[in-house]
Amino acid sequence: MQIPENVKKRLSIPADEHFYAGHTACQGCGAALGLRYVLKTYGRKTIFTIPACCSTIIAGPWPYSTLDAPLFHTAFETTGAVMGGIEAALKAKGYKVKGEDGVMVVGWAGDGGTADIGLQALSGFLERGHDALYIMYDNEAYMNTGIQRSSSTPYGAWTTNTPGGKKHFLEKRHKKKVIDIVIAHEIPYAATASVAYPEDFIRKLKKAREIKGPSFIQLFAPCPTGWRAPTDKSIELARLAVQTAYFPLFEYENGKYKINMPSPKKEPKPIEEFLKLQGRFKYMTQEDIESLQNWVLREWEKLKKLAEVFG
Amino acid sequence: MEYKPIRKVVSGNYAAAYAAKHARVEVVAAYPITPQTSIIEKIAEFIANGEVENLQYVPVESEHSAMAACIGASAAGARAFTATSAQGLALMHEMLHWAAGARLPIVMVDVNRAMAPPWSVWDDQTDSLAQRDTGWLQFYAENNQEVYDGVLMSFKIAETVNLPAMVIESAFILSHTYDVVEMIPQELVDEFLPPRKPLYTLTDFDNPISVGALGTPADYYEFRYKIAKAMEDAKKVIREVGKEFGERFGRDYSQMIELYRTEDADFVFMGMGSLMGTVKQAVDILREEGYKVGAAKVRWFRPFPSEELYELAKNVEGIAVLDRNFSFGQEGILFNEAKGVLYNTDAHPIMKNYIVGLGGRDFTVADVKKIAENMKAIIDKGELDVEVDWYHLKR
Ligand SMILES: Cc1ncc(C[n+]2csc(CCOP(=O)(O)OP(=O)(O)O)c2C)c(N)n1
Ligand code: SF4
Repeated sequence: MQIPENVKKRLSIPADEHFYAGHTACQGCGAALGLRYVLKTYGRKTIFTIPACCSTIIAGPWPYSTLDAPLFHTAFETTGAVMGGIEAALKAKGYKVKGEDGVMVVGWAGDGGTADIGLQALSGFLERGHDALYIMYDNEAYMNTGIQRSSSTPYGAWTTNTPGGKKHFLEKRHKKKVIDIVIAHEIPYAATASVAYPEDFIRKLKKAREIKGPSFIQLFAPCPTGWRAPTDKSIELARLAVQTAYFPLFEYENGKYKINMPSPKKEPKPIEEFLKLQGRFKYMTQEDIESLQNWVLREWEKLKKLAEVFG
Repeated sequence: MEYKPIRKVVSGNYAAAYAAKHARVEVVAAYPITPQTSIIEKIAEFIANGEVENLQYVPVESEHSAMAACIGASAAGARAFTATSAQGLALMHEMLHWAAGARLPIVMVDVNRAMAPPWSVWDDQTDSLAQRDTGWLQFYAENNQEVYDGVLMSFKIAETVNLPAMVIESAFILSHTYDVVEMIPQELVDEFLPPRKPLYTLTDFDNPISVGALGTPADYYEFRYKIAKAMEDAKKVIREVGKEFGERFGRDYSQMIELYRTEDADFVFMGMGSLMGTVKQAVDILREEGYKVGAAKVRWFRPFPSEELYELAKNVEGIAVLDRNFSFGQEGILFNEAKGVLYNTDAHPIMKNYIVGLGGRDFTVADVKKIAENMKAIIDKGELDVEVDWYHLKR
């Protein structure tokens, strides 16, 4: 369908499409949706680095590519380092990096590839100040290898290596706060985003394109397959994660925190609303739920304080 | 422009750094490890002194990332360089496969160092030989001059066949020992090695490419064959580039195995790297003492110079293979390869494996002479001696 130019200009989500149909993501995949928004925002002049993760598969087997932009598939733990090398090459060759007419260098990695095995390369990338954007799409487990826990898996979640069972062998560590680790590097820009709030996500992508130096976005990307949730609930789940303050939306820009909640005045909804739609939380006892709820509210208070003091 | 070399007294490491500079490398990503460090320090100095333009130096947080960053840079079209040793090389292992699989002509200097434990910083070839199957070309330098020449030639060869290349020098014996190196004026290097022209790059925004996507069983096999073919084709390129280098700069590298006084030799010593300098000296002395011996220095271990080995093996009674490396559960790695090559030919000289100099154990002219005596006795008896000789072993 042809969209008239004057209409295109008014759209809050760019009409341009650089993510081909016919890819191999599951129905309702948040990662695929997120990647599509990135391509809509940045277009072809974007060099992607994607490590081992579901997105390697979504991007298509040789000789196909779902992405209508250059893409380097890399080893699981190397996203930050490869992006750094690409950015260095662009500089050496005199390309304009970033800005609307510049080249965007984007890393697109899962939570496992970011919070676990790729944390060192991420830290190096951030600390060295490369002019590029790292996006961690957070589906809260190693999905590509069949739903194993990562350090970004929440407390109480079933995964294939925290399978519940008689001994209640569940994930009993709270989600690692990768974004806090990122912010500790004092980079110019870090933000959380969610596929349920594409306008907010796209605004952040545009900001990352203008800001000099490294930026980081942690994108909440539901995985119905791994979360044992209906495929038509992905957006609802992503929205509930924000509304319960389980995954609050905020930005950290040059030392300042800003909360971007859709309804800032509202109190967080109870965490059960988020949990009950997902099979992965079915082994949780009341005590487990309380523990998670307390963690969510504690972290939410912390964030509000940060925004108050460093806003 | 007429070729007038610039003579500089430099260490092997500085020779490597100068070669990288003269190759106009665009991205260097590296991580320090003894005895490699002075290579990357020197390159940083070039930048600090404004002696190089357009060189991006990425001080990564590990060797794994050093190789990953070189891979990203090379895929984006840059000429990328790095250097490492032992533990660092081992840490890169996964990415060595990646560089070759993605067909990226990165050049790396490996300063041969023994693998730990026990900790050692001294010379030993097992680190680089353990990377044998990663799809990297491997050039072993005998002296500082060959380090310099090897880096320049390797860029040209690698960029022709689209495979990465490793230039290997000995810990301390070369890396930290000063010697005269004839360097080539920049304009002449530029003529020999023009800017890289990649077939594909990530910066082609009109025709976006995807590198390294999933290869199903229907395609993976052909990808491997193409690497095998490129490695085989590299032999011709190595010989041509080696010849061209000789014509331009007076040092001929058209032979993948350098032969030294082998014409009428009864038996030869075969080995790689700096120890072959010692061997050549010993050959001269042994010749004076009446031994008809020669030396065969394997310059390129990958691709393996099978044809040249066969030509040599046809004409000698014995080959004493000197391995400064070991494959546990088997034997010296060069020995193992050489034997394998000759099995399918009609050249079957007596071959004997001597394990020498591991972890930097001194290997001298006197040692070569003792090995010569031993080898001569074996040949005189005319019997195969299949035992691996742990030559220096304290008993
Ligand atoms: C060094 C290494 N170890 C393990 C793997 C196997 N592996 C491939 S993808 C993956 C999990 C990816 O998880 P994540 O980064 O969270 O992305 P997701 O698949 O969930 O999108 C693992 C463990 C690998 N490719 N490389
Ligand atoms: S397993 Fe999850 S993350 Fe992977 S493609 Fe399916 S829905 Fe997407």
